[in-house]
Amino acid sequence: MLHSSEAHGLLLVFSGCWRAQCTLPARDELLRQLPQPFQGELRFDSADLRGWDSRFVNWLLKLIPPLEKRGIVVRYEGLPPGVRGLLQLATEVPERAGARRGATRRGLLATVGEQIYRLLDGGKALLEFIGELLQALFRMLIGRARMRASDLFLFVQQNGIDALPIVALIAVLVGLILAFIGALQLQMFGAQIYVANLVGIAMAREMGAMMAAIIMAGRTGAAFAAQLGTMQVNEEIDAFRTLGVDPLEFLVLPRMLALTLMMPLLCIYADLLGIMGGMLVGITLFEISPSLYLQQTLAAVSLADFGVGVVKSLVFGVLIAVAGCMQGIRCGRSASAVGEATTSAVVMAIVAIIVADAIMTLIANALGV
Amino acid sequence: MTQPSAKIEVRALTMAYGDFVIQRDLNFRIEQGDIFIIMGGSGCGKSTLLRHLVGLKSPAKGEVLFDGASFWEAEEPRQRAMQQRMGVLYQSGALWSSMTLAENIALPLGEYTQLARAEIDELVSLKLALVGLAGFEAYYPSEISGGMRKRAGLARAMALDPEVLFFDEPSAGLDPVSARLLDELILQLRDSLGATVVVVTHELASMFAIGNNSIFLDPESKTQIAGGDPARLLRESRDPRVIRFLTRGERTEWESRSDG
Ligand SMILES: Nc1ncnc2c1ncn2[C@@H]1O[C@H](COP(=O)(O)OP(=O)(O)OP(=O)(O)O)[C@@H](O)[C@H]1O
Ligand SMILES: [Mg+2]
Repeated sequence: MLHSSEAHGLLLVFSGCWRAQCTLPARDELLRQLPQPFQGELRFDSADLRGWDSRFVNWLLKLIPPLEKRGIVVRYEGLPPGVRGLLQLATEVPERAGARRGATRRGLLATVGEQIYRLLDGGKALLEFIGELLQALFRMLIGRARMRASDLFLFVQQNGIDALPIVALIAVLVGLILAFIGALQLQMFGAQIYVANLVGIAMAREMGAMMAAIIMAGRTGAAFAAQLGTMQVNEEIDAFRTLGVDPLEFLVLPRMLALTLMMPLLCIYADLLGIMGGMLVGITLFEISPSLYLQQTLAAVSLADFGVGVVKSLVFGVLIAVAGCMQGIRCGRSASAVGEATTSAVVMAIVAIIVADAIMTLIANALGV
Repeated sequence: MTQPSAKIEVRALTMAYGDFVIQRDLNFRIEQGDIFIIMGGSGCGKSTLLRHLVGLKSPAKGEVLFDGASFWEAEEPRQRAMQQRMGVLYQSGALWSSMTLAENIALPLGEYTQLARAEIDELVSLKLALVGLAGFEAYYPSEISGGMRKRAGLARAMALDPEVLFFDEPSAGLDPVSARLLDELILQLRDSLGATVVVVTHELASMFAIGNNSIFLDPESKTQIAGGDPARLLRESRDPRVIRFLTRGERTEWESRSDG
C-alpha cells in the first residue's frame, strides 16, 4: 500500500490482503506522511486489492473523518462497491443522543454506600415479600386464592417423596458418626450403653431437623429460586401479573405449603433413620444387644423431644421456601442473575436455619421442654 | 456432467425428532449470492430445517453439503471451520443475557481472530453502526427493545464476516418500517459482503422484496411442494396450498393474468 502525489490531489493505492488475519499499516503513520498544508482531493485505487473484510471498512472509517476535518475532499469512487455500501450504511443512522454510556469507576466510599443501600433494600424487599405472602395466605384461608391442587401435589412429590433417598443416606451417616464418637468417649467409663441416649436425643431434638433442612435448602430452595428466576427472565411472571393472577398465590403458595407440609415428615423420617444408624454402630462395634439399645432409647427420648424437632423443622421449611421463592421472584433478567438468585437463596436459607435453630433452642430451654 | 457445487446443497433430507418425522425428501440448492427463502405455515419445520443447515441437528436421513462437502461426514475440526463461516440470527435473538452488546459481538472476534483488543472494540462499534445501534455498546440485552435485540443479534451474526447468513424470522416483532429497513439492510449486506443469505420468514412483502429463490414446506404432506423465485411462484403456481399462502388466503386458485 502506498500513496503518491499527483497533479490534482492524492491517490491512495491499496494492494494485497486486508482481512482479519493480515497485518494492516498504521493509520497515524499515513496521516503524518501527508503533505501538511494540503487542500484538494483524495482518491482511491483498489485494483490490486486481493481481499477485504470489515477490518478494511473499519480502517477507512477511522481514516476519513480526520481528513475531511482538514478540508480534504474524499472521492469514494475508487473503492470496491461493497465497501462503499458498508461505509454508507455505517454512517447512515446517527448515534442516538444520550444513548452512549461510559464505563464508570467508583470510589471506595461510593461502593460502601451502595452496598449499604443494597442491604437496606434487601431488608425492605424481604418485609414486602413477607407482607404480600401473608395476604396471599389469608386469601387462601378464606378460599379465594387461585392455586392449582395439581401443582401442590407435584411439589409434595418433588419436595417430599423424591428427597427420601438422600435424606435417608445423610441421616444414617450422621447417626453412625454421632454414635461412634460418643461411644468411644463413653466406653472409657464403661457407660457405652448411654450412646443410645446421646444419639436418640441429639437426632430427635437437633440433628434430624437440621440435616433435613440443610439438604432441602440445597435441593429444593435452590430449585425454587432457579425455576422462578427463569420464569422472571422469560417474562412469565409478568404474564401472570397482567392476567391479574398474583404470582405469589399461584407460584409461591403451593411451593411453600408443600415444603412446610413435607419438612416435619422428613424430619421424623430422618430422626428414625439416624437412630437406626446409631444402633448399627452400637450393635456391631460396641456389642450392645438390639433390644437393650431400643429399650434404652425409648426410655431416654420423650415425645417432647420429637416435638421440639418437628416444630423446628416446620419453621425451617417456611424459611427455605421464603428464601428460595423471594430470590427467584426478585431475580434480574439474565442467565447470570438466575445463578446469583440460586446462590443467594441457598446461603440465605442456611444462615436463617442456623440462626433460627439457635433461637429456638434457647426458647425450648427457657420453657423447660 | 457435474454441476459446479452450490454454496449449500440438501439431498434427500429427512428431518425427525425421535420417531416423529417433520419433513422428508427435501432436495434443493442454494447458490452463492442467493437470498433463499424458507416458507411454510407455522410448525411445518422451518426452524428445524435451519438447525439442520447450520449443523446443530443431524439429519435422520440424507445429506447437507456445504461448498460441495458433506457437513455430517466431515471431521469435527472441519465442521467447526464450516460453522465459523456461517452466521445465525435465532428466532428469539439468543443474545447472551449476562453480557453487554459489545461483549456479545466481541466474543467470537476474540475467540477466532488474533486482533488487538482496541481493534476488536472498533470492529464491534462498526458492526453496531451497520445495524443502526451506534452508541449502544454498554447496554445489556434486557435493556433494549425487542426490535433492537433482533438487530443486535444480526450484528453478532455478522461478527466474523460470514459467507452465509441465516435468519430465523428476522422481521417478526418489528414495525413495518423497521421491517423494510431490515430487508434493505439484508440486501445491502448481501451486495457488500457478497454473502449468501437464508431467511425463514412469514412476511410476504419481504419475501417478494428480497427473495430470489425459495422452498415451500407443507405440514400435511410433510415435504416440499414448491420452490423457486417467490414472485414467479405467485404468478405461476397452480397449487392451491401455495396460492393460499402467498395471497394470505384471499385466493385459492390460479388466475391467469394477461398483462405482460
Ligand atoms: N425439540 C423438539 N422436540 C420434538 N419436537 C419438536 C422439537 N422442536 C420442534 N418440534 C416439532 O417440530 C415441528 C416443527 O417445528 P419448527 O420449530 O421447526 O416449526 P417452524 O416451522 O419453525 O414454526 P414457526 O413458524 O412457528 O416458527 C413442530 O411440530 C414441533 O412440534
Ligand atoms: Mg420457527
